[in-house]
Amino acid sequence: MSNLKNPVTPTDHSQGPEDAPATLVEYGDYQCPHCVHAHSIVKRVQKHFGKQVRFVFRNFPLSQIHPEAEGAAETAEFAAAHGKFWEMHDLLFENQEQLSDSLFLQLAKKLKLPIDAMESALESGEFATRVGSDFSGGVRSGVNGTPTFFINGRRHDGPFEYPDLVAAIEDAIGPAKAVVNG
Amino acid sequence: MPAQTTNEVKSKLLPAGTQAPDFTLNSKPDQKISLSALRGKPVILAFYPADWSPVCGDQMALYNEVLPEFNKYGAELLGVSVDGAWCHRAFSEARKLRFPLLADFEPKGAVAQKYGAYRDGDGITERALFVIDKNGVIAWSYCSPIGVNPGADGILQALEDLPK
Repeated sequence: MSNLKNPVTPTDHSQGPEDAPATLVEYGDYQCPHCVHAHSIVKRVQKHFGKQVRFVFRNFPLSQIHPEAEGAAETAEFAAAHGKFWEMHDLLFENQEQLSDSLFLQLAKKLKLPIDAMESALESGEFATRVGSDFSGGVRSGVNGTPTFFINGRRHDGPFEYPDLVAAIEDAIGPAKAVVNG
Repeated sequence: MPAQTTNEVKSKLLPAGTQAPDFTLNSKPDQKISLSALRGKPVILAFYPADWSPVCGDQMALYNEVLPEFNKYGAELLGVSVDGAWCHRAFSEARKLRFPLLADFEPKGAVAQKYGAYRDGDGITERALFVIDKNGVIAWSYCSPIGVNPGADGILQALEDLPK
């Protein structure tokens, strides 16, 4: 059984309350088709559990089989530096079939990010260290492909369809509480 | 895919402290690798059930990505399955693998047998990992449930734990 070796910190990209009973960490790759599939499932899971789940995304680009994955990850990190990580994260998955340097710039324009700065950040690999440290931490934690999920620090093995993830989170925290508006 | 369990399967693998049985296997249709020729550096032996598993980032693709981390320890990685050398070549080219895949093909699974990593009846090897030290002694072994990709964390820890 593999456990998350590097705990979630404020430098992580996260959605949901810090003190949520469940933390779902995903190691993903923007060029991985299974990750696109997981992307929509995670959104449904977040909706289902509301404030009971905090979701964290970390980079795990499989660059040898997915040549655009690293650039996509660095683009998302660049967006994060400008407070737009999740917007870029969604756009990258929604446009997975067109991933390329020109798409990255197009998406940056769409999010009104400084294009020149982004071009030079991608060129110089300014965010490569961040992406690399996500990757190494993932490897050390037993990430074994993409996507790999951890629920409250324990690796989730097996299928990750909506009912599977819901069941696994319920195993960790009990059934979802009715979402109270407001 | 069979139901996956998170428990370590009951293992009949050669344990740590055992001299690693030597072998010579084809790494390419016209090339062979002997374990004894790698004496002097750590060797990672990764038995896996078959080429062409239908997932992104399967075990061998993962190790291909993690190779630079293994190299930090000066370690050689060898993948081993019962697939033939031609099958390995096609698989390796398709996945752009940067380490050798050995064909435990004839007699089938003979090397896996020696390491306690053969599944009689199924005709394939376990998902079994060995880290062999520079003197040819097994420093760590691990058998993963057949449906669960064991990742690379155990290997890295074992390499880390080798005497410097």
